[in-house]
Amino acid sequence: MRQSFSQVRYTEISNFIEVKNLIIDYTRVDDEGRTVLATRAVNDVSFTVEKGSFISVVGMNGSGKSTMAKALNGLLLPSKGEVIVDGMSTADEDRIWEIRSRVGMVFQNPDNQIVSSIVEDDVAFGPENIGVPSEEIRKRVDSALRKVDMYDCKDKGAHMLSGGQKQRIAIAGAIAMRPQCIVFDEPTAMLDPRGRKQVMEIIHELNEDGITCILITHFMEEAAQADRVIVMKEGQIYSDTTPEELFSDRKLIEGAGLEMPPLIDLRDRAGLPESITTIEDMICQLK
Amino acid sequence: MVRDITLGQYYPGKSAVHRLDSRTKIIGALAYIVELFVVNNFWGFLIAAAALFAVIAVSKVPLKFIFKGLTAVFLIIAFTFIINVFLVDGRVLWHWWIFTITYEGLQRAFFMAVRLVLLIIGSSMLTLTTKPIELTDGLEKLLKPFSKIGVPSHEIALMMTIALRFIPTLMEETDKIIKAQEARGTDFESGNLIQRAKSLIPILIPLFISSFRIAQELALAMEARCYHGGEGRTRMNEIHFHRGDAWAGVLMVLFLAVIIASRYLGALF
Repeated sequence: MRQSFSQVRYTEISNFIEVKNLIIDYTRVDDEGRTVLATRAVNDVSFTVEKGSFISVVGMNGSGKSTMAKALNGLLLPSKGEVIVDGMSTADEDRIWEIRSRVGMVFQNPDNQIVSSIVEDDVAFGPENIGVPSEEIRKRVDSALRKVDMYDCKDKGAHMLSGGQKQRIAIAGAIAMRPQCIVFDEPTAMLDPRGRKQVMEIIHELNEDGITCILITHFMEEAAQADRVIVMKEGQIYSDTTPEELFSDRKLIEGAGLEMPPLIDLRDRAGLPESITTIEDMICQLK
Repeated sequence: MVRDITLGQYYPGKSAVHRLDSRTKIIGALAYIVELFVVNNFWGFLIAAAALFAVIAVSKVPLKFIFKGLTAVFLIIAFTFIINVFLVDGRVLWHWWIFTITYEGLQRAFFMAVRLVLLIIGSSMLTLTTKPIELTDGLEKLLKPFSKIGVPSHEIALMMTIALRFIPTLMEETDKIIKAQEARGTDFESGNLIQRAKSLIPILIPLFISSFRIAQELALAMEARCYHGGEGRTRMNEIHFHRGDAWAGVLMVLFLAVIIASRYLGALF
């Protein structure tokens, strides 16, 4: 299914997000009350995101990937450069809510992004904010909860759920806004393997439904599932290729301070073809 | 241990009490609390308790669930009881050294304890049968008329929503910090009162810091979900008064009348 999407992409290329020479500085106030540069978290980054694509962003801690992600829906504004979402600049204050309703975001900690105690009320929070009529909210909430397979828990207290379930609720909260793109900022980092697998499955399903997915992650096996992998190092884009190419370049991966996923390690040591990047490919090869 | 507090926890259900408009329940609970202080004799308390148990029975919230919330405030009740027993003047029943128990003291202590128990159960019935979001929506609507004189009704309601949502989260956080500090050798159990109070500092400071961290992350998540104040916000479930609310209103007025009458009932016996 994913492949059918990449085919669509090549026929009608349309850039949903354009990042142009983005620089984000974190500043602090020094002893004399002057604002000084603390760190340059993102340093001159440019790339485009095509509609319907699935991009993963990897990099070490402090490589600027989370900061970059927060710039995509205007949670952080560029110090220099520009982020254009669907023709709108994130620096444009009048359109910021429109941008945020088109680019949803799911964060790392499932606990700290749920606003209401009851599952369905939390999913409704986003649509309520953008003034969607009551009946329409009901419909959106129900369909979003079904999408993440949490409809049966809609009346439950959020604190009764497992981490993976909470994260699915957070995803439902983003889906209910009917965004065209969702940025996942390390959504699986605090989950157990089962929760992680479920979240990844949902991300794939959403991408198949035509939602552009940008996945910030630490796990190389997750990054390998995307159409395209952006590697960040020290605030800059270190490489921007397909997973196939990335995982055939051991030097590149190790240069960015990352590790080859175990599957790729196995592939290389067993001398299997470099086109293998996922478990499915491997199974096909071994059969 | 800290997870035993039921105050602010919703018990899902579809009973008549659950279905009432949250505004009815808020007013009812407030009126009940005030009425408890109108009561001044045994009969009044009996009536108040009976009314409360009738509400509990209709709501179908298990008693176990309700009483679990009481254990957390047991100390406060015991403390007020003892203070009242020893500090009220009147007909002496028992005397030893500086301790005197009087008939009036015993009576007042007993009344105060019953009053507190009913008060806590009464107010927790509100939160047990009302979804937090309905509760805060109701509060927002009740406070709306006051927004003209500068009462931030939407902000108060949102603060309550978040506070209720984060009670369990912060409790888990407290548990975690206690365990982490115990693993580092902090002793919470021994020493005198001052030493014990001091030993709470290693819990409170990390809790304070982590709640700021949580608040920051939550604010970011809310902004990402387009939160920009109460203006132009819609609701998934708008709250409405139904026929049941009218009946509840009638019962509330009746109850008030009976409670006032009970003050004179005591004089008859």
